[in-house]
Amino acid sequence: MSVVDAQREESQLSLTIVKPSRGWAGVNLRELWSYRELIYFLIWRDIKVRYKQTLLGAAWAILKPFFSMIVFSVIFGSLARIPTDEVPPPLFYFAGLLPWVFFQDGITKASNSLVSGRNLITKVYFPRLAIPLSSVVAGVVDFCLAFLVLLGMMVFYGYRPTQAIWTLPLFMLLALATALGGGLWLAALNVAYRDIGYVTPFIVQAWLYASPVVYSATLITGDLWQVVYGLNPMAGVVQGFRWAILGVGQPPTSSLLASIAVALSLLISGVLYFRRMERTFADVV
Amino acid sequence: MTEIAIRVEDLGKQYRIGEQIIGYRTLRDTLVDIAAAPFRRLSSGIRGSTSIERQETIWALRHVSFEVHPGDVLGIIGRNGAGKSTLLKLLSRITEPTEGIASIRGRVGSLLEVGTGFHPELTGRENIFLNGAILGMKRVEIERRFDEIVGFAEVEKFIDTPVKRYSSGMYLRLAFAVAAHLEPEILLVDEVLAVGDAEFQRKCLGKMSDVSQQGRTVLFVSHNMSAILNLTKKAIVLDEGCLVLHTSTEEAVDHYLASGFSQTGERLWRADEIPFTAAPFRPLALRVLDPDQRVAETLRSSEPITLEFDYTLDKAITGLRVGIVLMTNRGEYVFTSFDTDALEQFENFSMRQPGRYRSRCHIPADFLNGGQYTVTVIASAFRVKRYFREDGALTFNVDSTGSPGAHWPESRPGPVRPWLDWQIEEISVDDIVA
Repeated sequence: MSVVDAQREESQLSLTIVKPSRGWAGVNLRELWSYRELIYFLIWRDIKVRYKQTLLGAAWAILKPFFSMIVFSVIFGSLARIPTDEVPPPLFYFAGLLPWVFFQDGITKASNSLVSGRNLITKVYFPRLAIPLSSVVAGVVDFCLAFLVLLGMMVFYGYRPTQAIWTLPLFMLLALATALGGGLWLAALNVAYRDIGYVTPFIVQAWLYASPVVYSATLITGDLWQVVYGLNPMAGVVQGFRWAILGVGQPPTSSLLASIAVALSLLISGVLYFRRMERTFADVV
Repeated sequence: MTEIAIRVEDLGKQYRIGEQIIGYRTLRDTLVDIAAAPFRRLSSGIRGSTSIERQETIWALRHVSFEVHPGDVLGIIGRNGAGKSTLLKLLSRITEPTEGIASIRGRVGSLLEVGTGFHPELTGRENIFLNGAILGMKRVEIERRFDEIVGFAEVEKFIDTPVKRYSSGMYLRLAFAVAAHLEPEILLVDEVLAVGDAEFQRKCLGKMSDVSQQGRTVLFVSHNMSAILNLTKKAIVLDEGCLVLHTSTEEAVDHYLASGFSQTGERLWRADEIPFTAAPFRPLALRVLDPDQRVAETLRSSEPITLEFDYTLDKAITGLRVGIVLMTNRGEYVFTSFDTDALEQFENFSMRQPGRYRSRCHIPADFLNGGQYTVTVIASAFRVKRYFREDGALTFNVDSTGSPGAHWPESRPGPVRPWLDWQIEEISVDDIVA
């Protein structure tokens, strides 16, 4: 009884109004903040559960990009002999794969997050943004583990991080915004159209080849192509990543602004669309 | 005059048919839908945008208004599909109303299903924190009440075991324990008691009455009329999405049981539903009837219940017996009985001629316990052929109001609840010593 009373005083009996909403809605940051513990627990759950009942556990966070690196090194490096900016192919691919895998995991998990979290959505209220947000952010842990391996590889190949390494978090933020923006769109669409679950792998695959992961951005020449390339935020992220760590290629200066603009508009439009569709999630999912 | 805890004004929720109203979807539905989606798109494009408005809609809830004062415990009754769950979903903000407004003063906790967000791979300890956070508890609150929750659930030994290794009973106890330790000003409870064994249900009811005595506002949905009677003083009755009554619980329960809330107390067979192996036996209808011979979904255990099975024989059958198997919704057998069990009947109907028949039986009053029962129908010739069998052809609820011991707010284990002849006599100490 005393506990209830104390809470009553504390909460001043907040008033909740339930009524139909119309049109577009922005993000209720205050509400999102008040649910920060839930978001924290959802991220924590995603990390905890990710590699449960696997033999190798968290090692998969490293092995996933590592296997891709080996395949790329053999096929694109040794067989196709695609130039890798004078960097040993394994290091070149691994540095590109790190932000890419983070992005790929983030957007894939986010797009599926509402559907797999349907029993939450239909049973409890909380800001729905928490679900895709936590699936994207949970990937940061995987990224950090793999990053340690990258550092090890750099020691092995005798590379020292460049001065520009401080810009890395910026590129990570850009990747996160892009993954979240795309993920919000796909997640909200997936609720109504399960086709999205089938389409997402193709989007991700096409996106991979549209980003300089298996090749060097220096291959892209011509003003027109540069501009088109700048529209893909992940191109800026991957390119910038290699530049910041290995010091190869160009700093993505002019195209970076375009990348940021595109990523932000993807994120903002994603949030708006998500918030608009959010009201019907529980009915449709 | 105190403030109102919940004020609901003209609340309504419209669903498009095919969204929520269809209970569950099969994989085939989904595949068909995926395959048909482009065509549907195409055809709606041709027909123009009006097709959206032409889609069939249904009001799951409409023109519902009521007020609840702080500390009140309000029961919500109505048969399946009456809008009870929709109302709770609207109040807990899981879904938005189509019209109307509700204002709620205080923190709302909803118990629409225990174990929401439990993850099978996580341990009991981890799930307590996760589930608590999902239900809106702060981490410090969960930490403070952690031992209490574990104690209530009686899972101390398994607290660091993944819950997928739990028995279903342990799982439910843990899930309910977390939910029961929520401390919101307003608690919305839906049918939590429909799951679990009798012992668990008794515990839930006990906890529920604790909660209501702490002066918290509770909205309580249940099919269990004795629970409603014991826990609430006022109740609203919903029917087809409309509020038909807001009054004292006794009156509401009487109204609910008396009015012909009868939609599902009947199973009718269409020709295409009957397997061809059943020939020449053709089932027509199976009904549950109340003492007034009306089809009913919910019946009182204190009154006799009639089961009626109509069928046609296209050819004569020798040694046919038609009967029912009664089971609880938890799958316990109650009894199996055939229309030719009596030797006299068996001889009279040794050969059943072609024609239309009705086999009916009466379950006596004060026999069944409260709960949900399913009826399986069988038509067979002993050791010759089973013509027809349908498991769970019909489901009905039995309300235990007025049955033995109904003054204790508990569910009793066991499918039957008869009046037994009890004698209590005081025996002197000398007798014991001797």
